Amino acid sequence: MLGALLLAMVWLVANVQSNLERQNINSGFGFLSERAGFGINQTLIDYTEDSSFGRVLTVGLLNTLLVSVFGVFFATVLGFALGVARLSGNWLINKTAMVYVEIFRNVPLLLQIMFWYFGVLRNLPSPRKAVSLGDTMFLSNRGIVVPAIEAASGAGWYVAAFGLSLAAFIWLRRRARLARLADGALMPFWRPLLTVVLASIGVAALLAGVPFSLDVPALKGFNFRGGITVIPEFVALLLALSLYTAAFIAEIVRAGIQSVSKGQREAAAALGLPDKTALRLVVIPQALRVIIPPLTSQYLNLTKNSSLAVAIAYPDIVSVFAGTTLTQVGQAVEIIFITMMIYLSLSLMTSYAMNRYNARIALVGQNT
Amino acid sequence: MSSFTPTTPRPAPANTVGFVGWARDNLFATKFDTALTVLAVTIILYVMKAVFGWAIIDASFSGTERTACLKEVQGACWPFIEAKFGQFIYGRYPDAERWRVDLVFAAGLIGLVPMLMPSVGHKRANMIFLLGFYPVFAFIMLTGGVLGLAAVDTTDWGGLLVTLVVAVTGIVASLPLGILLALGRRSDLPIVRALCIGFIEIFRGVPLITVLFMASVMLPLFLPDGVNFDKLVRCLIGVALFSSAYMAEVVRGGLQAMPKGQYEAAAALGLSYWKTTRLIILPQALKLVIPGIVNTFIGLFKDTTLVLIVGLFDLLGIVQLHFTDASWATPETHITGYVFAGAVFWLFCFAMSRYSIFMENHLSTDRNA
Repeated sequence: MLGALLLAMVWLVANVQSNLERQNINSGFGFLSERAGFGINQTLIDYTEDSSFGRVLTVGLLNTLLVSVFGVFFATVLGFALGVARLSGNWLINKTAMVYVEIFRNVPLLLQIMFWYFGVLRNLPSPRKAVSLGDTMFLSNRGIVVPAIEAASGAGWYVAAFGLSLAAFIWLRRRARLARLADGALMPFWRPLLTVVLASIGVAALLAGVPFSLDVPALKGFNFRGGITVIPEFVALLLALSLYTAAFIAEIVRAGIQSVSKGQREAAAALGLPDKTALRLVVIPQALRVIIPPLTSQYLNLTKNSSLAVAIAYPDIVSVFAGTTLTQVGQAVEIIFITMMIYLSLSLMTSYAMNRYNARIALVGQNT
Repeated sequence: MSSFTPTTPRPAPANTVGFVGWARDNLFATKFDTALTVLAVTIILYVMKAVFGWAIIDASFSGTERTACLKEVQGACWPFIEAKFGQFIYGRYPDAERWRVDLVFAAGLIGLVPMLMPSVGHKRANMIFLLGFYPVFAFIMLTGGVLGLAAVDTTDWGGLLVTLVVAVTGIVASLPLGILLALGRRSDLPIVRALCIGFIEIFRGVPLITVLFMASVMLPLFLPDGVNFDKLVRCLIGVALFSSAYMAEVVRGGLQAMPKGQYEAAAALGLSYWKTTRLIILPQALKLVIPGIVNTFIGLFKDTTLVLIVGLFDLLGIVQLHFTDASWATPETHITGYVFAGAVFWLFCFAMSRYSIFMENHLSTDRNA
């Protein structure tokens, strides 16, 4: 069997070679350093038409990660809210959440992406007739323009204040945890943290004043100047991914909370824990154990689903690399191999991280 | 001696029956609940008004071209759907031959409906009809070229026809493939196990769109010069392989849930590996994971829309294609088309999920449930 497999592989490789020779396609990864020659409408790093195909790959990957990170955030917030709403004793809230879940998870994601892009965002008025939200944000068929925060010199003090607050957060949390584990003592956490945050911001303000200014967009000619323009492709993709994935996360959260047996709540109540404390210390930690693994795979799904960006030409990795670059270079084998490897490593890294986390929160002494 | 003074009577208990009682319990239990209810009612009314106004009050219902949908306040443009309905179902399948597609749909329904109803007998004969006769029949009817039927090239197929062909083939192929992969992953043979793990993890780690790109761009490179096959078939293979990897993980969950005693009891009865698997393990394991299997089917059905990216025209693809028709270019055409396609997909997916819940309850042997 192994022999047959090897033989088949040799045959396939020989086929590829003869096909490539016949069609005059190069092989190897040399093309990555050649000049790309096309523009991209959303780049997180410097990119011009003179940049290389390797740069295109990086730009595309960063765009994929950008939409995934935002998508994961919004989907989680909305999904948890919906999941809790599904368990609400309020009939109306409960059923509204159910209707939402049933509609959004049973309609193909690609259709939802196209709906938001071609149906809604591209139908918005042109910049000259843009919908204005308080004259600072503008909604048009070119996307959303929001004010940008511009930092002058002295902003470094604020960065330092933020760093100090973060360090205080980590240290206080660790101290509280160690104290709790050592003798069950409850250490103050929020009050000292708030003190540190306010004090450090106050010091920064004394030293540097307010070194920030708002760059409000304004209509100049046919388009907006100033501010940050969020392209409609990004908005449509983000909306569709978040709304779709939230429906799945809602079901996961609901199942997770329901999996905590009633006895646990009753036992917590018998120990005299108030409802809120019981929820925080008894129900949620146990529910999370059930929620985390499927939640991870939803995050991975969202990242992989962001590849549907190609349908609305959001410049993600599939769109600019496996799409535009592939048609220009023609080296299908290498390009698709690279694309697949990137997604594969993203997904393997995420599952590795989540397995570590899972092992940490798993029941001690339970070996299944 | 003080005179007897009765205490004031306590108020009657709150009504706990009827609508008032129900509403008190479920809508206005606490102040917070009341606030939520009021908020929800406001939002629901607002959304209902918008949807109702768009779909019915401001909508156009008749007309033969775009002027029918250019009112001052325009809602849905239903005449667009009406005019293109044939295209949405059959694609560019020749008008004169569409009865063949209808026949295939009808035969599919005739085979499927009794199969799905547990109370109808003759399941074995039904199975043979569905899995043996029907695919051959559908293939001959749809492609033609024999028995005096005109040949219809797959590039002319489109609409719901392509969606169903891709989905049904994917479903039929992914279940057995997935079971084999799941068994392979738990096999004692190291090479088989390694191959199965590699296959499953690779296909689960990449997006379907890259698999379809691979099927449409890369696969031809792997074949000898001159050998090439249909784009639809290549997509079918891609979709089937992709969903079989997901199916394998679902089935593996069921296999892992089987207590060891089941294997040992089967071994004690002297059953071989395949007999144990076929008669003892799989029936129980598959029953456990019906929800997962149906979820994979639903996912696959929704994923069929991706074939439009590699240039096939499924339902969504053909709707998208007809937006370019200048005689129907109105501001509402897009949304109307998407709502129609969405409703069709929703109907199929929702029906599948409801059927899975029904089946789960029907097959449940848990007497406590």
